[in-house]
Amino acid sequence: MSKLYSGAEIVFKCLEDQGVKTIFGYPGGAVLPIYDELKNHETIKHILVRHEQGAGHAAEGYARSSGKPGVLLVTSGPGATNAVTALTDAYMDSVPLVCITGQVPTHLIGTDAFQECDTTGITRPCTKHNWLVKDIKDLSNTIHKAFEVATTGRPGPVLVDIPKDIQFQKTNYKKYKKQKKLNGKIHNQFNQKDIDELIKLMRKASKPIFYTGGGVINSGPKASELLREIVNLTGFPITSTLQGLGSYPGNDNQFLGMLGMHGSYEANNAMYHCDLMINVGARFDDRITGKIDEFSPKSKKVHIDIDPSSINKNVKVNLPIVGDVAKVLSSTIKTLKKAKPNFAKSNKQQISKWWETIQKWRSIKSFDFVNSTNSIKPQYAVQRLYELTKNKETYITTEVGQHQMWAAQHYKFDKPNHWMTSGGLGTMGYGLPAAVGVQVAHPNKLVIDIAGEASVLMTMQEMSTAIQYGLPIKIFILNNEYMGMVRQWQELLHEKNYSESYTAALPDFVKLAEAYGCVGIRATTPDELDDKIIEMINTDRPVIFDCLVDKEENCFPMIPSGKPHNQMLLGAKDQKETKISKKGKTLV
Amino acid sequence: MVKSKSAYSIPGKQGKFDTHIIVVWVDNEAGVLARVVGLFSGRGYNIESLAVAEIDPKLNISRITIVTTGTPQVIDQIKLQLKKLVPVHKVADFKREDKKVIFKEMALFKVVGTSSKKEKALKACKKYNAVVLDKTNKSYVIQITALRREIDIMSKNLKKFGLVSVSRTGAVAMTRGSEVFK
Repeated sequence: MSKLYSGAEIVFKCLEDQGVKTIFGYPGGAVLPIYDELKNHETIKHILVRHEQGAGHAAEGYARSSGKPGVLLVTSGPGATNAVTALTDAYMDSVPLVCITGQVPTHLIGTDAFQECDTTGITRPCTKHNWLVKDIKDLSNTIHKAFEVATTGRPGPVLVDIPKDIQFQKTNYKKYKKQKKLNGKIHNQFNQKDIDELIKLMRKASKPIFYTGGGVINSGPKASELLREIVNLTGFPITSTLQGLGSYPGNDNQFLGMLGMHGSYEANNAMYHCDLMINVGARFDDRITGKIDEFSPKSKKVHIDIDPSSINKNVKVNLPIVGDVAKVLSSTIKTLKKAKPNFAKSNKQQISKWWETIQKWRSIKSFDFVNSTNSIKPQYAVQRLYELTKNKETYITTEVGQHQMWAAQHYKFDKPNHWMTSGGLGTMGYGLPAAVGVQVAHPNKLVIDIAGEASVLMTMQEMSTAIQYGLPIKIFILNNEYMGMVRQWQELLHEKNYSESYTAALPDFVKLAEAYGCVGIRATTPDELDDKIIEMINTDRPVIFDCLVDKEENCFPMIPSGKPHNQMLLGAKDQKETKISKKGKTLV
Repeated sequence: MVKSKSAYSIPGKQGKFDTHIIVVWVDNEAGVLARVVGLFSGRGYNIESLAVAEIDPKLNISRITIVTTGTPQVIDQIKLQLKKLVPVHKVADFKREDKKVIFKEMALFKVVGTSSKKEKALKACKKYNAVVLDKTNKSYVIQITALRREIDIMSKNLKKFGLVSVSRTGAVAMTRGSEVFK
């Protein structure tokens, strides 16, 4: 007879089988048997967080930057409910997470036992799937299946709820056998006819554009390479969503910048006026489309997505191609090369007018801002941070708000998996724990959380985690004492009634850094900014960087609510032209 | 134009609503109905009626029949979202007007009154495969199978014959002819 293992042992055997090296977690009554077993598994490193939400975001950061699923281990009741925000965040942004929760013993389920909650009920709408394991014999299969569901198709979070008595019970361990087909949930339905149709549209188009999203990143590094190849081959302009940044080099001439609510003028206008839109792994999110009825009215739309339910959800498309981005792109490139070896050349003429128009839009320089010699403009801070870190391999995470948009606008990414931000759910407090996760996955790389002072306070406790494991994350706070994006909306839509968007009491971030045991740096003037940033980069310990920026800067350009792409509000430069001349402007 | 005060877009034009019958084959496991129903409520879809039962005890398969209304786009989304659920095997969708599909609902009527009233009630039910399931001096329990709107009409009409209680199922559906939905 083969050896019998306890449920807790089986959990680790499964994790080992799945190649898990790191788990993020927090112990508690209902997971103690699993924690007891931890010491016997040296290949798995446990990172003790300070709050379960932090474990979730750290696992997300780990997953996004490494391409591997993130694993978190939390206890029942509050442990599980605290993880819900992170699970929802991962669900919205398609991040593969496996969340293992403890549960009260099976005989106590339903009795309102201590630290009991209906974990599978609560997390049902925010996971791809979840399981309550009521029989020890199902445990190993369930965990393996959990990994499979999380990582196949459109990735996402899953949860396995294990009652405490199951963790003690013993049974045989079943090894992981890779299944060919997962209950029909892997969608790779596209065929050559779709590809031919796509190429036909591409050949006809005179105003084409690639609109790419997080799906390119999720498809793996190969997809980004193929995307570069096809953009190069076709000469088409390309724009990216917030989540897709990095899949195409941000400083390339064919790249029009991010699109959407705070995207570039050229990208949004190109989306509005194009005659062929090729959506690669993006989902027509409402921050992208603006007013749906007037979204890109003249274009034929192609949508490449692995998730069939993304097709026609928000925007009706002419040619849906359901499949993995890398596979679709590679077969498109192959067909294109075979059918039209000189496509780029013959095509150049056809789209040259289009490029001229785009250059005109581009010359507006919509990301420009009016710089100041007195105060640090947040955009300037991000630009300097970019210039001073671009030669290093740098991973950027963000919180949510104005700073996030400025980071997306002014930090130019050229590699996939180097940009971690909460786009779908928009979770303030995402960036710091995510940076922890990224740093765990890439111990010797520079990891910076571009943060706002309001967001970062939501998960500040994870600094303590960074200290414990010697993770030299850099928290770069653009401190304007406001919830900046809230303030901006109040200014534009609510007659400057800044209701509760000003934080009248903030901690001294430098002292806070010292209290945590890391390094605090403060920059107050533009002159000292560079030196301070260099100091931050050269510190090999965690740093909280308090960058005091202009308090009333707004994030432009923007598409106001309910407006289509071609009606953008442009930024400060053309609005404040006269006012500025008095101060003496220095444009960057 | 009134300035929008929302950070979100204003709703666009709404399409026409159709009634559809969605049939879902699922693994009969704990929470599967909650997943299906939760998907409907979570995404704001309608459920007009619902019928669920295990149909294959060996393979552990249940069949869920849902009557829903929505624009064509919403109906498409319902199907695609359902197909993404792990325990869902297949999803069929029929328009209510579809002649190739049989829809049936069952209703139980309790009629209390004089024998003449009871008989009148039974007579009114005749064309809907009426069966008397229980008989006392004072009452009848009548079972009928019919379409939804027919049962609606009957439960209204029987009031004058002493209808005191109605119990009805959701619709179940099956294609006509020898073919099966794959």
